[in-house]
Amino acid sequence: MTTTTPEGGHEDGATRRDFLYIATGAMSAVGAGLFVWPLVDQMNPSADVLALASTELDLSAIEEGQAVTVMWRGKPVFVRHRTAEEIAKAKADDSADLPDVAVDADRAQKPEWLILIGVCTHLGCVPLGQKSTEVKGDFGGWFCPCHGSHYDTSGRIRKGPAPLNLGVPPYVFLDDSNIRIG
Amino acid sequence: MSNPGVTNQVMQWVETRLPIFSFINHSVGSEYPAPRNLNYWWSLGSIAGVALVLQIVTGIVLAMHYVPHSTMAFESVEHIMRDVNYGWMLRYMHANGASLFFVAVYIHMFRGLYFGSYKAPRELLWWFGILIFLAMMATAFMGYVLPWGQMSFWGATVITNMFTAIPIVGEAITTWLWGGYSVGGPTLQRFFSLHYLLPFVIFALVFVHLWALHTSKSNNPLGIEVKGPKDTLPFHPYYTTKDLFGFGIFFIILAYWVFFNPNYMGHPDNYIPANPLVTPPHIVPEWYFLPFYAILRAVPDKLGGVALMFGAILILFVIPWLDTSRVRAATFRPVYKGFFWIFVLNGLVLGWVGANPPEGAFILIGQIGTAYYFAHFLLVMPIVGWLEKPKPLPDSIAAAVLGDDAAKEAK
Repeated sequence: MTTTTPEGGHEDGATRRDFLYIATGAMSAVGAGLFVWPLVDQMNPSADVLALASTELDLSAIEEGQAVTVMWRGKPVFVRHRTAEEIAKAKADDSADLPDVAVDADRAQKPEWLILIGVCTHLGCVPLGQKSTEVKGDFGGWFCPCHGSHYDTSGRIRKGPAPLNLGVPPYVFLDDSNIRIG
Repeated sequence: MSNPGVTNQVMQWVETRLPIFSFINHSVGSEYPAPRNLNYWWSLGSIAGVALVLQIVTGIVLAMHYVPHSTMAFESVEHIMRDVNYGWMLRYMHANGASLFFVAVYIHMFRGLYFGSYKAPRELLWWFGILIFLAMMATAFMGYVLPWGQMSFWGATVITNMFTAIPIVGEAITTWLWGGYSVGGPTLQRFFSLHYLLPFVIFALVFVHLWALHTSKSNNPLGIEVKGPKDTLPFHPYYTTKDLFGFGIFFIILAYWVFFNPNYMGHPDNYIPANPLVTPPHIVPEWYFLPFYAILRAVPDKLGGVALMFGAILILFVIPWLDTSRVRAATFRPVYKGFFWIFVLNGLVLGWVGANPPEGAFILIGQIGTAYYFAHFLLVMPIVGWLEKPKPLPDSIAAAVLGDDAAKEAK
């Protein structure tokens, strides 16, 4: 029995040239991918931006009922010295109807110190409520003026378009009155 | 010679080596036939083209003085305004030119909607128009960030945060866009780079848009096909002259804004340097984004709002198939014509809602307007096209414009 095969090829019709096409194409794709990744990754945070990723703060000067804003990773961080009334309200609302369920005890290492990323989880505005003169929203915490999100005294979203609670940054108490964020 | 119009010896020498003169003549010259009944609504395409050239020219010279750095951007813009020769004029032309570019393009798009210019065989022509519109929006947004004022910074924050609505990878994408953990110096520098690049991408898209236009030829106010030479006029001198007149009107309007009311369409908060700790009490985008901003805020759900806003533009891609009417121009569609003007009014209402804070009645009006916006495309276009009895169409452009007898004579 004789079979006719293409010149320099195999019975299934593939030729050496087909192999070369595929090999060339595959190598080009790998090469292009290798070159594209640096072009994409250069847009990620650079080493100096990563190096500035922690902030220290002395809490002793913040009176009860006061709040301060510090910068961490280019964003505001809210540090609030909560009153007993605010803590009680936050704990009482643990069982309320929360869009993003969280208990207050998990959101503050020490109940009197509430430390939150001051960036609305909707589209990134800074909510009002840090200064005593600012509106604090319907739940006594913060109010975002951009699109109307209300946060409670635990920084939990209660009303408005934001999907999540205000974030809790990683922080440690270095001693009783000093913290490091990041 | 391939082109009998070229008589000059130097031009002939060039023409045989590079047929540039016959190319021009076939594109915008006497060899390009255009429907003889084009009205002034058809001038807005070329006016938008002039606006693009004006933006590129003023932008290139502004870039000679602007510094894309977070500590110097704001001051360099003030330096342009106060110290650079004619800097104030160039910047005001660039800022107001962007607004007028959008005015021209919006009128151009509504023209296309009214006269059915998106219908076969012009679907790809329409698609490339939408791509130009999307590229314009990206360019305008990034350009507004460059002065690094409060509205620049917070506008950039709100818009880039939309990407956090994407499930799972949203945060990583946003950090990648920012080059940090918030909008900052790296963001400004890449926006400057892209703001310089994108107008040339738009230029290339315009070239393809015109290529498609010259293949399917212009639609016209009657929405019927050109049937023969009697229905057309040579582009030059008839429409070159008409377009030049339009350019004159455009520049008069631009001069009014530049010299008499240069900051009307801007926002005073953008003359305050960017401050990442204080959000302005009321963030609004530039006027040309307001209807889409209203759609974004219409739903009290982050992903839903972002999806609807992008959907509001992407839906334009499928209207050639949503519109079931056999007749292009709304002139001959008594029912659809009414719906078209309601749609225009609805767009204006959405713009008004977008300019106001999301409280009280504005929330409800915004939701109704958003629902109607989508209903126009998803319900009105298919159903009205199906049920409506259009008025009789004229036999030909010449018959409608010149009268039946003259049309026969012209034959």
